[in-house]
Amino acid sequence: MISTFLHDALIYLAAAVVFVPVSKKLGMGSVLGYLLGGIIIGPFVLGLVGQEGKDIMHFAEFGVVMMLFLIGLELEPSNFWRMRNLILGAGSLQLCATTILIFALLLFIGFTWQAALAGGLAMAMSSTAIVMQTLREKGLTKTEAGKTSFAVLLFQDISVIPILALLPLLALSGSQVPSGEHVSFISGMPGWAQTLTLLIAVNLVVLCGRFLVVPFLRFIARIHLRELFTAAALLIIVGTASVMILVGLSPALGTFLAGVVLANSEFRHELESDIEPFKGILLGLFFISVGASINFSLIISNPLMIILLVCSIILIKAAVLFFGGSLVKLSFDQNLLFTLGLAQVGEFAFVLFSFIHQLDILSARWTDMMMGVTAITMTITPLLLLINERLILPRFGTKEKEEKEADAIDESNPVIIAGFGHFGSTLGRFLRANGVGATILDNDSDRVDLLRKMGFKVFYGDATRIDILKSAGAGDARILIAAIDSPEINFDLVEKTKKTFPNLTVMVRARNRLDAYEMLDMGINDIYRESLDTSVRLGIDVLAKLGVRKYSATRAGQNFIKYDETALRELAPHRHDQSTYIFNSREQIQIQEQLLTRDREVNPNINDHAWDSDLFEEDGSSTPSAKP
Amino acid sequence: MNKILILFAHPRFEKSRTNRALLTNLDRINGVTLNDLYEQYPDFNIDTDREKELLSAHQVIIWHHPFYMYSAPALLKQWIDLVLEHGWAHGKNGDHLKNKIIFNVITSGGTREVYAANAYNRFTIGEFLVPFEQTATLCKMTYLPPFAVQGTHLLTAEALKFHVTMYHTLLEMLTKGEFDIEALKRVEFLNDWLQKERGAPKP
Repeated sequence: MISTFLHDALIYLAAAVVFVPVSKKLGMGSVLGYLLGGIIIGPFVLGLVGQEGKDIMHFAEFGVVMMLFLIGLELEPSNFWRMRNLILGAGSLQLCATTILIFALLLFIGFTWQAALAGGLAMAMSSTAIVMQTLREKGLTKTEAGKTSFAVLLFQDISVIPILALLPLLALSGSQVPSGEHVSFISGMPGWAQTLTLLIAVNLVVLCGRFLVVPFLRFIARIHLRELFTAAALLIIVGTASVMILVGLSPALGTFLAGVVLANSEFRHELESDIEPFKGILLGLFFISVGASINFSLIISNPLMIILLVCSIILIKAAVLFFGGSLVKLSFDQNLLFTLGLAQVGEFAFVLFSFIHQLDILSARWTDMMMGVTAITMTITPLLLLINERLILPRFGTKEKEEKEADAIDESNPVIIAGFGHFGSTLGRFLRANGVGATILDNDSDRVDLLRKMGFKVFYGDATRIDILKSAGAGDARILIAAIDSPEINFDLVEKTKKTFPNLTVMVRARNRLDAYEMLDMGINDIYRESLDTSVRLGIDVLAKLGVRKYSATRAGQNFIKYDETALRELAPHRHDQSTYIFNSREQIQIQEQLLTRDREVNPNINDHAWDSDLFEEDGSSTPSAKP
Repeated sequence: MNKILILFAHPRFEKSRTNRALLTNLDRINGVTLNDLYEQYPDFNIDTDREKELLSAHQVIIWHHPFYMYSAPALLKQWIDLVLEHGWAHGKNGDHLKNKIIFNVITSGGTREVYAANAYNRFTIGEFLVPFEQTATLCKMTYLPPFAVQGTHLLTAEALKFHVTMYHTLLEMLTKGEFDIEALKRVEFLNDWLQKERGAPKP
């Protein structure tokens, strides 16, 4: 038992470790790496994993469960409320239109109307896992396309609940759920009772989260044992998932709900940082098992049918998405990203199809076929996005470089700014106001268009691509400013720049101390923490409002910044002393503690005795004093 | 051998033709340290510890600045107020600068003639520099007359070159210790002493 477990773990982890870095290096993103790794180790190519791949997939689906918990956590009700129009509008349009079109297609193939409807609903789902992972990796979550994608995905994820509830009603009357390994509490009930049970279960999760889980977490937190809190976080997810399985519902949705309920609690960040690594690994495992589960023999035995199905489903989904994208007024580039990003069938289709099969709506053969189609569309998505980024957009959309521009007097700017969000734009404006030309790199096509209209020299694309950096003039520029929101992308950019353009001075935006430490480790000296100057400036104003003279407050602020910069460099090498590895938010807390203790020992407020006339008096010196 | 510390204060150095010329090729002279205050402390936040260390490591100190409003630019005054601490530079136990040589090097738009009792500016340069002189005395330092480049608006390229040579010669002689301190104290401007020593005619 143990040895098979080790054997499987060995193969899966090795596949991840080998294929993901290769795929990342080739600029294809991690998802495609996992999927390809899965295909390679799967029964068709190397045959390292066989039938048991299905079990692994069940296990790895837990990654999806965790992902939904995290998505739920990030979804504060206020955020949700702000996006309600987008979610309801674009989401329902996508779901309804896609379902109807695929329903028609399946009906045409010869499905019963029940099967066609169920299939349509399942196929309308897109893959939250793939899309969110890809968008995050490319730093596109904040673009219009990113937001719209998120809204549509969210609507889909939520609507799985009613869909699961409605599917039993579609089951042919009198049909019994085949006795599978999952005999659930509700499977014997009539359709209406199942629906009712579901509603009760959902409400149960919400109420428990509110009145049981939060006090429970408070209790655990007071014990101050890190691993215990992690265990508690996992327990919440596993517990919710088990309850859901017991009543025969999707565990993913249960945990999503649990996440939403806990989003407003004080433990949100703690939970996030505890679950994140588990989610990452399991999700990777899930992608691998999707790759491994693609049944190539089925494809070979029925190639035309599968290819036609895959193509027509992607076409239908893409057409609906593109239409929806134009309705919410996405620009062409953003719409392409949105359309191709969501054109696959998602992981919920696996859940839905197996449920549909259990309800006997669809035959085993067709279920297999449909699952195969789902897996193939998922594998194609990263490829489609890659084609979009490399081939389609440069040709039709926001061009990376205008041909005529090269002919014109191509003044090479001394400065390159990568990332033109809030941080980069302020910087760019300042430089422009002082007559310094800056070339801008950004991957939000809407922003790129605007900036070009304003006369900036802008390159569109992924700043971590060497060819884009080259065409932006990184070879001749003197300074490159990494001002991208995502620290991961910033790190990547810095690393590549240092390697490829060693003469370029790199100046980096860092979100916080932690990022700054990483940058120091990478040998960067010019690090600018967003959180330093602004907060000290606010502190100076606080002192002033409390009656401290402004100049004294200002000097105190200047000295504090100086002291903090020194402390940063002194503490950087020691930060891992206490334990081998502490995850993100915990490390923050520890750093904070270190700093506060240090502040007490070394008073960062250097006194100026030069201006202190009381000193002269003690000495009996002749300097006049204000005191009597 | 003496080491010289030039405390240079000019908020608009990039626009000053005269000072640029005076400070070019300074590194050819051994033992001269240039401390460009406005470059070092753009936020006026002077690191007194660093400045004290610099002072301790040099025997000759120069306040090099344009003669703004009959005095020095603000940052140099800030430097004087903050660095020359009571208890370190003056007062009880304030002996760290004792017997070091200090003087002003100034550039002024007006010529030497307009600084006189019966002239436009009513006082001599030496009189305007009295606060510097007394500060030096308070710190038990030896204060010397100023070296001045005057009438900078009217300087021809040739005249400017002459002044630069004079300044650099002065620095060299000071580092090598080729001077009689009493003779230096007697002149109105160090420029005069140099001229007498070197016998170089004014252009």
